[in-house]
Amino acid sequence: MIHFVLLISRQGKVRLTKWYSPYTQKERTKVLRELSGVILTRGPKLCNFVEWRGYKVVYKRYASLYFCMCIDQEDNELEVLEIIHHYVEILDRYFGSVCELDLIFNFHKAYYILDELLIAGELQESSKKSVARLISAQDSLVEMAKEQRSSISNIIAQATK
Amino acid sequence: MEQLKTIGRELAMGSQGGFGQSKEFLELVKSIGEARSKAEEDRIVLHEIETLKRRISEPDIPKRKMKEFIIRLVYIEMLGHDASFGYIHAVKMTHDDTLLLKRTGYLAVTLFLNDDHDLIILIVNTIQKDLKSDNFLIVCAALNAVCRLINDETIPAVLPQVVDLLNHQKEAVRKKAIMALHRFYHKSPSSVSHLFSNFRKRLCDNDPGVMGATLCPLFDLITVDVNTYKDLVLSFVSILKQVAERRLPKGYDYHQMPAPFIQIRLLKILALLGSGDKLASEKMYTVVGDIFRKCDSTSNIGNAVLYECICCVSSIYPNPKLLEAAAEVISRFLKSDSHNLKYMGIDALGRLIKISPEIAEQHQLAVIDCLEDPDDTLKRKTFELLYKMTKSSNVEVIVDRMIDYMISINDNHYKTYIASRCVELAEQFAPSNHWFIQTMNKVFEHAGDLVNIKVAHNLMRLIAEGFGEDDDAADSQLRSSAVESYLRIIGEPKLPSVFLQVICWVFGEYGTADGKYSASYITGKLCDVAEAYSNDETVKAYAVTALMKIYAFEIASGRKVDMLPECQSLVEELSASHSTDLQQRAYELQAVVNLDAHAVEIIMPLDASCEDIEIDKNLSFLNSYVQQSLENGAQPYIPESERSGTLDISNFRSQDQHEASMHGLKFEAYELPKAPVTSRIPPASVAPSAELVPVPEPSYSRETHQVASVPSISDAGSTEPRLKLDGVRRVVWGKPTYSSPTSSTSNASQSTSNGVTQVDSAANVNSKARKTHDSRKPEAEITPEKQKLAASLFGGPSKTEKRPTSASHKVAKASSHAAEKSQAPKAAVVSNQATLEKINHQPPPDLLDLGEPTVTSSAPSVDPFKQLEGLLDTTQVTSTVNHGAVGATEAPDIMALYVGTPAGGQSSSAENSLPSNIYDVNLTSELSNLTSGTTNAGATLPTQFTKGPNPKDALEKDALVRQMGVTPSSQNPNLFSDLLG
Repeated sequence: MIHFVLLISRQGKVRLTKWYSPYTQKERTKVLRELSGVILTRGPKLCNFVEWRGYKVVYKRYASLYFCMCIDQEDNELEVLEIIHHYVEILDRYFGSVCELDLIFNFHKAYYILDELLIAGELQESSKKSVARLISAQDSLVEMAKEQRSSISNIIAQATK
Repeated sequence: MEQLKTIGRELAMGSQGGFGQSKEFLELVKSIGEARSKAEEDRIVLHEIETLKRRISEPDIPKRKMKEFIIRLVYIEMLGHDASFGYIHAVKMTHDDTLLLKRTGYLAVTLFLNDDHDLIILIVNTIQKDLKSDNFLIVCAALNAVCRLINDETIPAVLPQVVDLLNHQKEAVRKKAIMALHRFYHKSPSSVSHLFSNFRKRLCDNDPGVMGATLCPLFDLITVDVNTYKDLVLSFVSILKQVAERRLPKGYDYHQMPAPFIQIRLLKILALLGSGDKLASEKMYTVVGDIFRKCDSTSNIGNAVLYECICCVSSIYPNPKLLEAAAEVISRFLKSDSHNLKYMGIDALGRLIKISPEIAEQHQLAVIDCLEDPDDTLKRKTFELLYKMTKSSNVEVIVDRMIDYMISINDNHYKTYIASRCVELAEQFAPSNHWFIQTMNKVFEHAGDLVNIKVAHNLMRLIAEGFGEDDDAADSQLRSSAVESYLRIIGEPKLPSVFLQVICWVFGEYGTADGKYSASYITGKLCDVAEAYSNDETVKAYAVTALMKIYAFEIASGRKVDMLPECQSLVEELSASHSTDLQQRAYELQAVVNLDAHAVEIIMPLDASCEDIEIDKNLSFLNSYVQQSLENGAQPYIPESERSGTLDISNFRSQDQHEASMHGLKFEAYELPKAPVTSRIPPASVAPSAELVPVPEPSYSRETHQVASVPSISDAGSTEPRLKLDGVRRVVWGKPTYSSPTSSTSNASQSTSNGVTQVDSAANVNSKARKTHDSRKPEAEITPEKQKLAASLFGGPSKTEKRPTSASHKVAKASSHAAEKSQAPKAAVVSNQATLEKINHQPPPDLLDLGEPTVTSSAPSVDPFKQLEGLLDTTQVTSTVNHGAVGATEAPDIMALYVGTPAGGQSSSAENSLPSNIYDVNLTSELSNLTSGTTNAGATLPTQFTKGPNPKDALEKDALVRQMGVTPSSQNPNLFSDLLG
């Protein structure tokens, strides 16, 4: 099971956190501090896994952004590495060559996408298409709502003219 | 011209609405992004919190505005600050009807709240309603929240709806419903125990996503109870077969592998089902063998599946063919240059080694490489492997290595872990007791406070019992060697408390036993310890008792005892200590020293720590004493059960009229602070207590009466009499137990009863230890172990020809033994050459990690966005590239490898007119990189990445960025680099 997902920039800034196991705010801060200390200082050629407090943290660096997932001892690290990559590919597809800036300003969208990929700490969908379909369905609904609103405001505007 | 461009960008951006948030929010994110220090960031966030607190509680906020506030709250919370003031607004937002707002509300509450938060109760109702919604997206949002927020108490509230959703027409809903049930199972297995059949049903769902999701709960169920699910073996096998044969829709392919995530889950389940079941395992052999053959071992995901296959093979009933295939994969992993694969290889080796131990031998070089690797993760994994393959023949090398590593790290969590491993191995395989003690000393010295206290007790017991049976000489030799080693260690500063306890105990028991050290020398050391660790009461207690033992032995052997002055002052100090335990020990010491030799010998027999002490539970040796007392007119002892009636009498006789309830006080009076009662307590409770002393003495009760009655008269009603009474009581109860022999025997009885049980287990350890000792020659200690590391780890002396290889290969010291080199080191050299060649010809697999600085630097240079930048200002881009190049000197090299065209390195920025298919080239190289150098990846590319960047996207981003005043050339150009680029 995945206990949490963290996105940390190379400067140690938090870009996204998702906790699947209960942690208090205090613990979260501590975890972030500890892990960014461990992961950001690791050299480039070392393996992408860190043993940490009886768990394993799998991380991967994309440009200046570190994607980290904390998993149980018996989980398959290579698989988790690919789950991270899977997520990045979906983000890439959604944002169109995603960069860190996209995630900074659209972190809530990154959350929505993550929610379609992982649920309760498990991978719920391994098909990129399915995830993309659901996200676009949600987005189109949002668009529809926007249009409705603008059309209503148009009507109001016309009426008040 | 320049101006026109900017206007164009701003127009483009205006129509898109930028990133969709208000200026305020963008400003916030931007200022946080530019904060130079944590303190500055905190200041900005605190200011933001103030603003939000004020504004969020204003009346009549438009919903859209509220949504943004909520997202800002999420942002604040993400940065580690407390946004609890806004939780309620997020909860309210979940009540909204429009999906847009509802979704934001759910997102916020799932991020804010743990499932035990008070506000959850306000959401349950909404969730219930939303689960019934017609709009499947709302149902999905609600199910997401269910998975995060529902705890075991609220499960029943939503369970029926969730179960209904298992048959929803949308596969996304079914899938989430399954996962929600899985979550419920985690929270409270009993709540969904009647629904297990549903999981089986969903396994046959015609949507692969739902089927894949169902494997999660099934895995957990099978982990708990294998037998109920044996009938599913065939289904799982056939699903796996179909998956491997690419029967699933193309959408589930991942890097040319058919649904690898589902394959991995199935293999995990098969591993459980086939464990120790030959019949079930036989059904799996074919499909697992197929996967071994079909798996693409050049991609990461392929290796993930292969690794899972190995796990499966090592778990199910062994099959030689599969084991062979697994061993082959392992050797490929271990030979790989990628640390990740080495790590997995070591792990897999640890699994397979249980079934076929001989496989480790061929990988000894690789394992030792990993052990010496600077990467801590890999090192730890290797220790894990060594732990699994420890035998009595290699325990010394392994434990020594572990201890060396333990000393070198600071991570307390892992230190504790590896210390316990060392202890475990040492206890299990110790070749000699001497070695065991030495090892334990090291462990205690460096991780003493982290080891379990039981380990210390084991060590003491081992020293006390020695070899167990008849070898007295060896025993005493062991003890004196222990004493000697401790005398050496004791001088070191800051030893852990547990270790000091062991040392003090051993000094007390055996410090003077062999006559090598004088009593005054040992007592002096003990006093030093007590002084140096004066704030550790346990250590002091051990030290005082040890002092007492030494003096007792001295007296018993007829020597005259001269207490050292520092010892005397220590005892005096402790007899006034705040700790009653220390006080008692100090008094005991003083009492013992003043006794005659015969008495002392009985109290403190020499070397009797593991003698059984017979307990006379009837206390028959007191009979004559009791008789005498009775004759002198004392009260006969009344058993507790018959006591209440007689107490009244005694009460009556003591001429104090009190409620009968007061007699209960004997056992619980200290908790009853009744004011009117206190005034009368003293005489009342003292009298019966005096009479309840098992061996009553008339004089006692009289004394106590006097003492107690004085305060009761002088200041009745105050709390003081009560306090004094406590003191009186303690004397009444305490004195007899303190000085009478009864109590000492009862104490002893406790320890012996422990001792009895412990003896057995210790005997086991001993017998084991002896066996191993016999079978083993101590020669390993003489020769430098490093030279023979491989040999001592993996094989007996028969493998001498292989012995020096690893050592000479790895350890510089071993050069003197170069003559011993055989073919193995050559092989190593060859493999080195091979790897070198690999490096020259193809990107090394380490570069799988796209995030390395080298790749980072190369990627932006071909990014179209950067090219657009280049249009405007070439110097900027070059500076970026340079920046990257500084980070990694190999950049040009890799560019050449990746792009395969002259458009590598800095030159690419100049070629700003390159069409966007350069990007594809880059992606191709990236993909091929992923697949470790296979070139066929390009074919599938267009389908996978058709949605590459277009100029419009880039324009937008650029415009926004400029509007906010962040330019790529400023402090952090990486923000703009493609994550996948």
